Amino acid sequence: MEALLAIFVGVLAGTGVYLLLRAHTFDVVLGLTLLSYAANVTIFSMGRIAVAKPPIIQPGLAPTLANYADPLPHALVLTAIVISFAMTALLLVIALAARAATGSDHVDDEPSRGRAQDAG
Amino acid sequence: MTLPLLAALPFIGALIVSLLPHHARRAAAWTSAAVALSACAILIVLAPQVFAGEVPRWSIQWVPALGLDFGFRLDGLAWLFALLICGIGALIVLYAAYYLDANDPGRRFFLFLLLFMGAMLGIVLADNLLLLVVFWEATSLSSFLLIGYWNHRQDARQSAHMALAITGGGGLALLGGVLLIGNIVGSFQVDAVLAAGDTIRASPLYVPTLVLVLLGAFTKSAQFPFHFWLPQAMAAPTPVSAYLHSATMVKAGVFLLARLYPALGHSEPWFWLVTLTGLATLLIGAYLAIFQHDLKGLLAYSTISHLGLIVLLFGLDQPLAIVAGVFHILNHATFKASLFMAAGIIDHETGSRDMRVLHSLRRSMPRTAALAIIASAAMAGVPLLNGFISKEMFFAEAAALERPGIMTWLLPLGAVAAGIFAVAYSARFIHDVFFNDAQNTRIPKAPHEPTRFMRAPVEVLVVICLAVGVAPAWTIGPVLAVAARATLGAPLPDYSLALWHGFNFPFFMSVVALAGGALLYFGLHRFTDMHRLIHGRRGGREMFAFVAARGLAGVRAVTAALQSGSLQQYLMLLVALAVAAGAWPFVRAGGFDWPTSAMTPVELPVAAIGLIGIAAALGTAIFHRHRLLAVTVLGAVGLVVSLLFVYLSAPDLALTQLLAEMATVILMMLALNWLPQESPPGRSDAKRAWHLALAAAAGVGIALFVFLTLIQPTESISSYFLATAVPLGGGSNVVNVILVDYRGFDTLGEITVLGVAAVTIAALLGNTRLPRSVEIQRPPATERNAHPLMLQIVARLLLPLVLLVTVHLLLRGHNLPGGGFIAGLVIALALILLSVAQGVEWVDARMKGRYLIWTATGMLLAAATGIGSWAVAHPFLTSTYTYLMVPWIGAVPLASAALFDLGVFLTTVGAVMVMLTSLGRLSQTRKGAV
Repeated sequence: MEALLAIFVGVLAGTGVYLLLRAHTFDVVLGLTLLSYAANVTIFSMGRIAVAKPPIIQPGLAPTLANYADPLPHALVLTAIVISFAMTALLLVIALAARAATGSDHVDDEPSRGRAQDAG
Repeated sequence: MTLPLLAALPFIGALIVSLLPHHARRAAAWTSAAVALSACAILIVLAPQVFAGEVPRWSIQWVPALGLDFGFRLDGLAWLFALLICGIGALIVLYAAYYLDANDPGRRFFLFLLLFMGAMLGIVLADNLLLLVVFWEATSLSSFLLIGYWNHRQDARQSAHMALAITGGGGLALLGGVLLIGNIVGSFQVDAVLAAGDTIRASPLYVPTLVLVLLGAFTKSAQFPFHFWLPQAMAAPTPVSAYLHSATMVKAGVFLLARLYPALGHSEPWFWLVTLTGLATLLIGAYLAIFQHDLKGLLAYSTISHLGLIVLLFGLDQPLAIVAGVFHILNHATFKASLFMAAGIIDHETGSRDMRVLHSLRRSMPRTAALAIIASAAMAGVPLLNGFISKEMFFAEAAALERPGIMTWLLPLGAVAAGIFAVAYSARFIHDVFFNDAQNTRIPKAPHEPTRFMRAPVEVLVVICLAVGVAPAWTIGPVLAVAARATLGAPLPDYSLALWHGFNFPFFMSVVALAGGALLYFGLHRFTDMHRLIHGRRGGREMFAFVAARGLAGVRAVTAALQSGSLQQYLMLLVALAVAAGAWPFVRAGGFDWPTSAMTPVELPVAAIGLIGIAAALGTAIFHRHRLLAVTVLGAVGLVVSLLFVYLSAPDLALTQLLAEMATVILMMLALNWLPQESPPGRSDAKRAWHLALAAAAGVGIALFVFLTLIQPTESISSYFLATAVPLGGGSNVVNVILVDYRGFDTLGEITVLGVAAVTIAALLGNTRLPRSVEIQRPPATERNAHPLMLQIVARLLLPLVLLVTVHLLLRGHNLPGGGFIAGLVIALALILLSVAQGVEWVDARMKGRYLIWTATGMLLAAATGIGSWAVAHPFLTSTYTYLMVPWIGAVPLASAALFDLGVFLTTVGAVMVMLTSLGRLSQTRKGAV
């Protein structure tokens, strides 16, 4: 299971990075989403693997890590998921605004190759 | 309290001057004079203490964590320097008041001068090396301002620039050296450092420390090869040259040598570095001084040479040489300041300082001539003047140095040669300006004596030169003793300050120097056309310009390469750097131990789902150019992540992930309305290959990291959360308790991020009108009949149900999976479904479309819950809970955290709705426009 999880995270990160480095805004947003998954699952996995031990205290079951999954990474990742969503939304809107402003969805707004931009 | 007052006086004066009106030159001069004289008075009041061997101190803690105290101490050396700064400062103020032209901005001049005086006093009084460095930089800055005082002149601006670059660069080196000293000694306090000389010399960092400190001292004191900024600095007004560039600021470097001598001296590297630098500077400066045509240029090179002499004396590492060095600091300050002022008078009254133009001035300005001749004689080391005594001491030390090898003959020879040059340039100064009647050039202005008060400062200084020269033991003896003792940090050696020591070797050297110098000058004058010779024009300055130009070009090239303006490249660099940083620990450790412990077994369905996830992630990358397809496949990835959370005991996460994924996909679909449906293929295969390699490296790295972590046992702080969630937090869903209680403050921050993102999106889209020229996909034909009846009915039926579920999720969140984030996402998605079914206007009309207010209310509610705990005298966000007895239902748990969670819920609903409907509305208005 550990290996499977690690490979899954690795693939998420690899594809995320690859798409992040593409030249068009939408591809970058896709990449960022994948990279967010990778980051979330990485943080999540720091709590180690626990199957069928949700961190919801049951009466009569001693509240120790032996009986429950580590709740801390869950809490960290939960807000991270919501914030990744917000960031994806923001980035998409910026992509739209950029296209409205420049007429291009290229990240560098350069239809011709290798032209450096002075702006910004 | 007198000590901080002394240090603060110039700054107080500067403040007053800065408040004066622009034209109030006289008031500014009076203020400055009052400051300088009061400072002198304070020094005289403190003198009995200092002369009794006490060291008055004052300090307060400033940044204790950095070992930085704000404090001052006044030992003999500091007292001597402070007196020089304030005394000569007072004379310079008087002189400048008459020197400056009515058109010059006088207030600014005195403001800068006072700032400089304060910085310089700070250097000599500082009780802490870091504080000393701060004041050191302040002198560089005020010197920059003063050299560039006539800022309409290009040469002044350039010279100021150069001086700042060189002394500022030296200041950086000094800071490095001081930090090393602090590191070795464990303290920056001057006393501690001076007492730790043996520790410092024994440290392996001694040589780097020494070199860095010396770089600071040598750049400031214009030592070879950094000397060239000083002649350039003559572009400053003459009072500045007299004050900063001969009497005080350039002495800061030798002051530093004197200050740190007990800590850094007594070693071979010190001897060689300092002595050789001093000797080279002494000879080069004196030689080049002979061939200057500008009066101030001659004096500048002479200053360089005398600074070299002082540095050389400190380098010899002999107690007597140190005494001579301190003595010469004083002597040089007096005669050189008076000479500069005399040169300024000549410039002021004749309109020229070119020795090829000036001649015979003894006739028109006899008093000035007499003063300048006496001061020049002191500079040349003529008996009965102060320069003679310290030069004699130097000759004695040079001859007496007991060191086998090259220095036994190099040093006395160099000393005599420098003496000869000094006599020659002094003779030239006197002869060319005041005599040389054979010259018949026309002097620009008819020369005459200056006003009485402009000459007065020169008179004072020349009288001191004479008094010290005639009766050294009575006049300067005690001051020199106390300053030299403080410098040495040890009892004084035996020495006698007298005019006549008999016919000994040093006297013989003096005679040779005087005779040789006179011969040299008059020989040159007679047999060569000295006025045509140009020397010392090339070299340092050109090198500086070259280095500056090349440095700038290099920096521009690097900037152009890194800051290409391509965001794609920036991201690439960022990723590459992150991969390299992540790989570094593995590389440094030379690999890692492949774990052997057993893994958790994988069940077949789990493996299948995992493989689907991997395939979907790869699919997203492979099909990314077909965007609609890519979004669909991306949805599958999100679903697998969500299932993973289900399997790995994280129900809250699974719910959140599922809902967020739905919202993300809807969002992307909406956005695709306004973006091309396909990406054009990349143009460069090499680039893509490199990106692939980077991506692979990142993926492999993260996979390795996760795997190696998972396989290790862990020790988590979460036992505490598990054990206390129910008894302290009042909830059995530990994740939710952490979110709204233990880490409530973090959650408050996170919903704030959500709120900010929503506001930004609303603002961005509120003002965005996609121009018609942009090619836009027309909505598909089906959308004209966009709201299918079945969907409308189902969506409306579903809504009350969803609301019920939402309330349920929100209320039970503290004990079972659910909570504010999840409930918020659920209701937002239901509203979106409704929007799809009925159109955005329909939902907007019923929801009033004011989602930002939801967000704001939610954030305020969450914050108010936190603040509420103040009312019962608890820290921010302290949670409490109770059970509410509801008739017929029984005890309902009611935690204050539930209110907080309600805030989270409202924020989430508002933010998600803003994000989705802003995009939705965009297409709505657009459709109307088409």
